[in-house]
Amino acid sequence: MSDVEVPYCPGCTHGIAHRLVGEVIDELGLFEDVIGVVSAGCSVRSWRLYRFDMVLAAHGRSPAVATGLKRALPENVVFAYQGDGDSAAIGLSELLHAALRCEKITVFMINNAVYGATGGQAAPTTLLGQKTTSYVSGREACRDGYPINMAEVIASVSKHSYVARVALNNVRNITNAKKSIKRAFETQQAGLGFSFVEMLSACPIGWQLTPLQSLEWIEKQMIPQYPLGEMKVPDTIS
Amino acid sequence: MHGLQILRHRMPRDRNPARKARRQPTDGEGRELNEEELLSGNEALAESAIRAGCRFFCGYPITPQGELFEHMARHLPEVGGTFLQSESEIAGINMVYGVAAAGKRVMTASSSTGISLMQEGISFLAATQLPCLIVNVMRAGPGLGQVRPSQADYMQATKGGGHGDYHTIVLAPSTVQDMADLATEAFRLADRYRTPVIILCDGMLGQMMEPVILPDTVSLSELPPKPWAVTGTKNRPRNLVLAAPYTEEELMALNIELKKKYESIEAHEQRWESKFLDDAEVVLVAFGTAARISEDAVMKARAAGLKLGLIRPITLWPFPKKAFRQVPKTLRAYIVVEMNNGQMLEDVQLAKNPDIPVHHFGKGGGWVPSTEDIYRESVAVYRRAEP
Repeated sequence: MSDVEVPYCPGCTHGIAHRLVGEVIDELGLFEDVIGVVSAGCSVRSWRLYRFDMVLAAHGRSPAVATGLKRALPENVVFAYQGDGDSAAIGLSELLHAALRCEKITVFMINNAVYGATGGQAAPTTLLGQKTTSYVSGREACRDGYPINMAEVIASVSKHSYVARVALNNVRNITNAKKSIKRAFETQQAGLGFSFVEMLSACPIGWQLTPLQSLEWIEKQMIPQYPLGEMKVPDTIS
Repeated sequence: MHGLQILRHRMPRDRNPARKARRQPTDGEGRELNEEELLSGNEALAESAIRAGCRFFCGYPITPQGELFEHMARHLPEVGGTFLQSESEIAGINMVYGVAAAGKRVMTASSSTGISLMQEGISFLAATQLPCLIVNVMRAGPGLGQVRPSQADYMQATKGGGHGDYHTIVLAPSTVQDMADLATEAFRLADRYRTPVIILCDGMLGQMMEPVILPDTVSLSELPPKPWAVTGTKNRPRNLVLAAPYTEEELMALNIELKKKYESIEAHEQRWESKFLDDAEVVLVAFGTAARISEDAVMKARAAGLKLGLIRPITLWPFPKKAFRQVPKTLRAYIVVEMNNGQMLEDVQLAKNPDIPVHHFGKGGGWVPSTEDIYRESVAVYRRAEP
């Protein structure tokens, strides 16, 4: 990691996710081999925080870009870091098909139930009843759509994969998150297939809550909709 | 659909000699021979790209570029290459972006509607200055349109196409031999200027068969080094492929850098072919399929004693403005012949001497002019323009 100013709002947990990914890359000795792909959303600025090779992709397209990179450089370790709008709305097709092809890439998905960068509009992951700047009266299933459980979707389409959902709201969950990030990279290193870690993350500004209330909101509101755990683990990793 | 059947000179796959003879033949002592082969334009372009060191193809099926796509699917793996059928043209162009960022020769091909879907990706490739080849085997639009040949994407290709202030080099073949030769040239230009290059052809050129001499096979070790590629940070500072510089100043600096590059391309890379220009009184201006038919019309007019000439732009961007400064004093009128409603017409109007009138002969929607159509139009303009 570099020492530039972290560009996130107070209480945002993107920074924790970046830190965990960076720590695992160092611990696995991947620094010289890793290539990161980031696309539009809050996380697009993360290329400044890391010191390895990075590519900035169009909104939603990082799994396709990562596919191109990994096919061209099979010896390198390639990851994409996406938000929930990036991965589950505009880029759902690219993500799903990368998983279907068992691309040997790793995708980290930040699920904070809103579009943070553009001001807190609804995301595909917005909870039913949750008010946002675009669902002003709260999300209604048969008008605005059901929230999508991406980890379960990815686990259901890809037999050769590591799929997990973690949360960044307390020390225990953060410790587990790091374990999952490590297993995801190990899946790629071993050439076993696609790896995907969804991270429940706080967006206090988008949720109109304090940082502390946001951590509690993850626990009480998000985790019941988005249960934590490993949905798929390759035999040789477990 | 009647026209399509006429255009498709397809033989059953296993009986097509071109497919068997596709790799470069050698003589008894292992030296490579370049023999004339009968290939469709799509196949000639694809095979030429493989010989130029292209080892990655990412794309989505669409007609009339199908033979190109399938040639890559069949033959790239034979040379250790990767053929990636993407889930959409959007994914395809972004896979191209990834491979190009890694510093490898890569291409995609599509037709009109698919190229529209790629425009965001092409803007990103231009912004990050990644070399690659994009082939548009044009069909007739707008909308879904039809698979008949067309030149309706001239504006999209030459004026940027996607968002932001950029250009791509655009090359226009008019024979199957051109399809092969310009594929090699496209990769050279893409690397030299670090830019996406478009080959703009149409369904007629893609699917017709002609004798062609394929270029020599390039060894991958001969390709230019790409020190800017993202390959991991071993023994060097990190590389970034950034479609969004962090500050306003950096974004303006990128735009200035791109502008300088485009000016350099405009100064050095304008290409065209002129025929019978020395004493021409009426000059036809046409590219691609329209140019080869126009050439026949010019020959016919010359045989009848009418002084017609031809300017065939090979680079559509940069547009060969220089060609219009080398016209004879005898010139009385231009006719722009296009398979569209009048697109290159605007570039000719800007490039020509304002005193010389310019006529347009063209139609959209899949119209292909006959030699006779162009000849008749030329005679009419010729007679009207007589002093």
